Amino acid sequence: MQPGSVELFIWYIGTALELAFVVCSIARKSFFAYFFLNLYMLLTVLADVARWLVLRKFGFSSEQYMGCYYYTDALLTVLLYVSLISLYSRVFGELRFAKHMRLAAVVLLLGTAGFSYAVVAHSESRLYTGSGFAYELSQNLYFVGIVLSYLLWGAVLKLRETRTRLVQIVLSLGLYFSAYAASYALYNVAPQYGVVRYAAGAIGCLLPLAWCITMLRYSEESRLVPAQLVAVPR
Amino acid sequence: MMAAIILVVSLVTLMMFFVSYCRSLTASSASHALSEEVRDVTGIASRASGHDFTRVMQLLQLCPDRPADRIGLRAVQLYYSFLGAAQSAISRMAPSFGSWSEMERASCAYFVAVVLDKRISLSREMLAQQSES
Repeated sequence: MQPGSVELFIWYIGTALELAFVVCSIARKSFFAYFFLNLYMLLTVLADVARWLVLRKFGFSSEQYMGCYYYTDALLTVLLYVSLISLYSRVFGELRFAKHMRLAAVVLLLGTAGFSYAVVAHSESRLYTGSGFAYELSQNLYFVGIVLSYLLWGAVLKLRETRTRLVQIVLSLGLYFSAYAASYALYNVAPQYGVVRYAAGAIGCLLPLAWCITMLRYSEESRLVPAQLVAVPR
Repeated sequence: MMAAIILVVSLVTLMMFFVSYCRSLTASSASHALSEEVRDVTGIASRASGHDFTRVMQLLQLCPDRPADRIGLRAVQLYYSFLGAAQSAISRMAPSFGSWSEMERASCAYFVAVVLDKRISLSREMLAQQSES
């Protein structure tokens, strides 16, 4: 089985948007201000190129492609987790416990990796497929990502964050994590629907697109009224 | 079963983040004061109402497009439609939701009016540049 033309088209659009985000960041002189987000996007482009080369050489159903896909996916998910923690550092930057927070993030990452390893080790069917651990780690980190972005959004509201860019980057990440988790779950619940096959790829385009808009529309100095972010006025 | 639970939870958080994202878009334009002529054209004196949205959208179609606004505008349009659908479905059961969604629809209308204001000033600048050259 080979990816169809629609899947390839979505893949190319996604890669173009990832590159566009890095270009926008450089153009708006914000590359180092959002270093981990840019690093994530650059590595996503590299992973896309690597996957494409492996796909061309070995084919879609090959073990090499599966291995390449799941290992790069796990690496990118870890990097996205680091990007999320870098956003935590920006939100909590002026508070004293930023150092403790980084330590907690490392412990949580190691804990998730340990849990994923334990799950794979106890599952005989996955033990022998080399990419089992990478798959499990990726899935679990996405779930941790949803919880962490939800908590970060709560902190943004509580601390009455006014930086428009930061607020929108956090919200885009929350949207992305939720939509991705929903697409994975939908794939497990109703794999018979064709549209489910394209959902993950299309959702992958949303994050760089939303971040590009944020970079283009708002400057680092843009501010919003924090009271208007709260759904129910207090 | 587990996948169904994850699906429901992630759809709920997705909805929450979508609403918050759209609110952050409309909040970013709330501090922008509308120009005199946009207030005259749209009929929005100081506060917009939800019913202004369609009219301001029609006025927006008459102005040259600004690519930077396009996606934000789509998101707010989607949010406005979502609020309209939710309002007609829920407000009978929960009247407080009706007033909240009306407030939200008003902020969507104000966002579109701000986009209109920016488009008009951009057209002005372009005309001025053309007449200079």
